[in-house]
Amino acid sequence: MIRFILPFVIFVILSVFLYKGLGRDTREVPSPLVNKAAPAFVLPKLSEPDQKFSPADMKGKVWLLNVWASWCGACKDEHPILMELSKQNIVHIIGLDYKDKREDGEATLQRAGDPYTLTISDVDGKVGFDYGVYGVPETYVIDKQGVIRYKLIGAVNPENLTQTILPLVKELQAK
Amino acid sequence: MRYLLMALLCLMPMFAHAGEAQDIADDPVIEKRMMQLAEKVRCLVCQSEPVSNSHSDWSKDVRQIMREKMKAGATDQEIMDLLVERFGKSVLFDPPVDKETMPLWLAPFVLLLLGSAVLIYQLRKRKSRIADEPSISAEDAQRAADLLK
Amino acid sequence: MIPELGHFSLIVALFLAATLGTLPIIGAARNNAVLMGVARPLAYGQMLLMSMAFAALAYAFLNNDFSVLYVAQHSNSQLPAIYRFSAIWGGHEGSLLLWAVLLSCWTAAVAMFSKHLPQEMVARVLGVMGLIAVGFLLFMLFTSSPFDRLLPAALDGRDLNPLLQDPGLVIHPPMLYMGYVGFSVAFAFAIAALLGGKLDATWARWSRPWTTVAWVFMTIGIALGSWWAYYELGWGGWWFWDPVENASFMPWLLGTALIHSLAVTEKRGAFKSWTVLLAIAAFSLSLLGTFLVRSGVLTSVHSFAADPKRGIFILTFLVLVIGASLLLFAWRAPKIGLGGKFDALSRESLLLFNNVLLSVASASVFIGTLYPLFMDALGYGKLSVGPPYFEAVFVPLMIPMVFMMGLGPIARWKKMALPDLAKRVQWAFGAAAVIAVLLPFVGGKWTPMIALGLLLGLWIIASLVVSLVPRLTGAGTLTQRIRKQSLSYYGMQLAHLGVALFIIGVTLVKGYETERDVRMNVDDVVHAGGYDFQFKGVTEKEGPNYVAGIGRVVVSKDGKPVTELFPEKRQYNVSGMPLTEAAIEPGFIRDLYVSLGEPIPEADGAWAVRVYIKPFIDWIWLGCLFMALGGVLAISDRRYRIHKQTKEQAA
Repeated sequence: MIRFILPFVIFVILSVFLYKGLGRDTREVPSPLVNKAAPAFVLPKLSEPDQKFSPADMKGKVWLLNVWASWCGACKDEHPILMELSKQNIVHIIGLDYKDKREDGEATLQRAGDPYTLTISDVDGKVGFDYGVYGVPETYVIDKQGVIRYKLIGAVNPENLTQTILPLVKELQAK
Repeated sequence: MRYLLMALLCLMPMFAHAGEAQDIADDPVIEKRMMQLAEKVRCLVCQSEPVSNSHSDWSKDVRQIMREKMKAGATDQEIMDLLVERFGKSVLFDPPVDKETMPLWLAPFVLLLLGSAVLIYQLRKRKSRIADEPSISAEDAQRAADLLK
Repeated sequence: MIPELGHFSLIVALFLAATLGTLPIIGAARNNAVLMGVARPLAYGQMLLMSMAFAALAYAFLNNDFSVLYVAQHSNSQLPAIYRFSAIWGGHEGSLLLWAVLLSCWTAAVAMFSKHLPQEMVARVLGVMGLIAVGFLLFMLFTSSPFDRLLPAALDGRDLNPLLQDPGLVIHPPMLYMGYVGFSVAFAFAIAALLGGKLDATWARWSRPWTTVAWVFMTIGIALGSWWAYYELGWGGWWFWDPVENASFMPWLLGTALIHSLAVTEKRGAFKSWTVLLAIAAFSLSLLGTFLVRSGVLTSVHSFAADPKRGIFILTFLVLVIGASLLLFAWRAPKIGLGGKFDALSRESLLLFNNVLLSVASASVFIGTLYPLFMDALGYGKLSVGPPYFEAVFVPLMIPMVFMMGLGPIARWKKMALPDLAKRVQWAFGAAAVIAVLLPFVGGKWTPMIALGLLLGLWIIASLVVSLVPRLTGAGTLTQRIRKQSLSYYGMQLAHLGVALFIIGVTLVKGYETERDVRMNVDDVVHAGGYDFQFKGVTEKEGPNYVAGIGRVVVSKDGKPVTELFPEKRQYNVSGMPLTEAAIEPGFIRDLYVSLGEPIPEADGAWAVRVYIKPFIDWIWLGCLFMALGGVLAISDRRYRIHKQTKEQAA
């Protein structure tokens, strides 16, 4: 009587899926931009608004684009780690001050230190939208050709920095 | 004259009103279209809410972008494509019918056909397998019912 | 000290449950009356201890004992007493305790109201329920005890989530949980019958009232939840197809199917294996709901903080309970007999076809809810399934179901002639169709969906009349005739009428609601749906644990005042979380709904205000209430009190 065992079989298959689902992070959305060219933009620098920055300026270099804001709590957690990273001079970190008042952003950097090679200001969040930013902080690894290779949603911490971001940066720099 | 005065007096409260409230949206037609479309977009920073019903900043931004694109003449499909390009397929609450979602869209109807087929088969099988039970007369049935009371 | 007593009660309750889960079942297998006899006292003892544990947690909450971690996380000294009480189930640990407490209550209720049942049946049913309690108590004691201490104690608590500080949410979870847990009784009866190998019409008769009671609670629970979403979330929506809502909707659908298939099994002794499977599945979906909400596998507004350790534990429990019962089913079901005879066209077959539709509907909700998980696990990436999918799939399934719902009560048991049936309903259908086509013109807008929805609702009502009229005319006075019909008949018709009201409510509110999203200066007026809403500004007022901006909106129609509404925008002191409290003037044919948005920057006293006119929306919950009342009537039927009568006769 196969049909009577059928409910059990279906249930077993279902449990396997439920088990696999246990570890998954439902909030994280993989970015469709990974392995695509970083969207182009021109934005003023935070401290010197007359000077503009564009991703094209970084051609030939591997760099991190770190999206942050003065109003963002998790950014304060990752700030010391970025400070540490910038001291090691391994990779350029470009800060994108996202949907923030210029003076607030500047005040934050003056108070907590400035880990960025340079910071640009995205007051209305348009560039952030182009990059698919939905939770700040976010960090992008962009290679010498200007292609996004990795996107981290949430704060940089020692673990993801040493295990994921830095090895990738080294690999890309070697290319 | 008196009637005119009375009519004027009746109108008085109307004058006290500061005015007709303005729609928040500049363009109600676009707003309506935008909200309908936003119902199909998942708010990524919320847990499981459409962008149309979300108070989050991100949803506000998306609604604003949608408004702007609509004003610039973009079709609904173009806007959805743009959102998918930026945030991935999981922003769509209404998954498009494609290879990956085929089972999802077909399952209910396949199950319905299957279920009905099995039921009809079972009903027929029952009919042939149960030999005609001795039919009881209405009298007997009544007696049985009385006994049960 | 008191929290430790609570914890200790849980441990003792665990031992009682373990004993309850073993001895009586062994006793039933060996026909040992002593072992079977311990079931009832153990059930009562377990309820007593669980109540003590619950009282201990209530005590900790009401006395602001912030040395208890769970209290510190979910309460605050400023919180009003009623919410300090309902905060007991405001988080994972406490709501789990509520689950287990209610389970012990159901167990004790079965022990109390089963005097007429054979002893071995009682022993097995209570034993199975004891085993379920063991799982929940182990889960609580090992991963999520609400009595864990926080040392040093917190000065004050982190406060209950403001969304949960609401009268509706004081009663919604207990009602819903009563439903979830109540399906454990039907489940236990099914397992007991499978264990004993005696699956007959009496089994169906015994489990029917219990199933209906659980279903009534669940109906009320779901309705309350939807009503809460309507007035608390500020968007005027009442159902969002959120995974957690779906988690309660799936067992409800299967429970509805179960009630109907139990009717066939009781009447005809037929399709017993299907009915048993439904009883197992309905409770399994209740358990699965708990898993989905607590393990973090799905995203939902309502889910508790995710913890993989808990997820593993519940999953293991789930696999043991459901897996074992399905294996038992596979082993025993082939030996189940066929039952009595009925025709392929009969009330039985209509009921069964409705069963297919309800089960498919439940399966569709299930697939839609879990599809993102399946895809992710298979490596296809992430996608979302939301309201558009569920609506697209659900409506087509409901059309044939409602059609048959009208036919069912008219069709005869065992055998019906199609032409005869068609003759009886043709006028009902015709009348419903004509009204459904014409009525939308009165409303001022005609769409196929409105006409379809009205047709479905009116069809149920018309067929109800067709069923009622011949029963109430004929010999005898009208009162005699009315009294001659059984309560369960009225219960069924009332519940079906509830479905009709529900469908009409949904149709009309979807078709004719008016929405205005406006910027209002003080004294500005907005016109919507024939009403004028004048905004009189916002004043600040302090609540017990929040500061509120209270708006005043004067509503008038044709110059005559209708009502004043006071929508609020609250900011809670501890969490700093803002919350909108919509102001609603409910009515039989329409709700007036006003909610405050944000103050307009750089405009003196101006606010964004949302105004809705929601025609017939209260029919949605009225319909649910009718369904629940129908269930209550059905179980009041004297058929289920047969043992009382026999006792009286014997005396």
